[in-house]
Amino acid sequence: MKQVFALLSGLIFGLGLIISGMSDPAKVLNFLDVFGTWDPSLAFVMGGAIAVTAPGFALLRRKRATPFYDTKFRIPDRSDIDPKLMTGSGIFGVGWGLGGFCPGPALTALPIAATGTLIFVPFMLIGMWFAQRTPDPFSTLKTGEA
Amino acid sequence: METEFTPWLSLGGGMLIGAAAVLLMATNGRIAGISGLTSRIFAAKADGEARGVSALFVLGLLLAAPLWLLVSGNWPTQTVPSGVLVMAAAGLLVGFGSVFGNGCTSGHGVCGISRGSGRSIVATVTFMATAAITVFVVRHMVGG
Repeated sequence: MKQVFALLSGLIFGLGLIISGMSDPAKVLNFLDVFGTWDPSLAFVMGGAIAVTAPGFALLRRKRATPFYDTKFRIPDRSDIDPKLMTGSGIFGVGWGLGGFCPGPALTALPIAATGTLIFVPFMLIGMWFAQRTPDPFSTLKTGEA
Repeated sequence: METEFTPWLSLGGGMLIGAAAVLLMATNGRIAGISGLTSRIFAAKADGEARGVSALFVLGLLLAAPLWLLVSGNWPTQTVPSGVLVMAAAGLLVGFGSVFGNGCTSGHGVCGISRGSGRSIVATVTFMATAAITVFVVRHMVGG
């Protein structure tokens, strides 16, 4: 059952990306182009998503000890702001600004098979593969302090 | 190129994205973070079930546009930059950065902010800023 809902969640997520315009890099790049052809639409995408997710998560936390078809909620519990988080996010943003794609929209747009998407997605997967296998270069700083 | 301001469609689509995130959490207990789910499929260590559920979510994402085509008769409209080098570099940076920084627009920007996570708020402000700076440099300093 959980597999069915995982598939369904992905499908709804993808439809949301398409309807909202987020799967169109032209809209994303214009959202980021505040001093040019600014299109504020994507602020509404994020606002709409958070307006549903925030109360939804809060309700689940209050009403349920476990998910409906699984044994536990897997919520990240870290709260430290570490250099790896900042570096990764900064690098991600540069790529997002260059191509207008973040991971969800890129995968959603893949079947449309635009040339740019067909180039972007394999390189994105390679980047992810490398990141998983790159040790935290800042972790030595932390142990040095301890 | 200008694009049309679509507040209602964007709000509605955003709410669907939020509903999908709540559905995944309610049924599977997992954060709907696309970079995390995608990379878990080929992670060095991940249990088979986590891999399977992640792969099915991504399959759902991949089926959205074909379903759209089936129902409406057209692919969703989009304009994708086509420069080979630019898109290859963009893909590498997005893939590496999102996994290295533990999340992307969905994991940090939607789910993390919804949980009130300080890490996610910092991450979101960071990638929004570097993305906006990149667009500014490309469009108004290099290409302008």
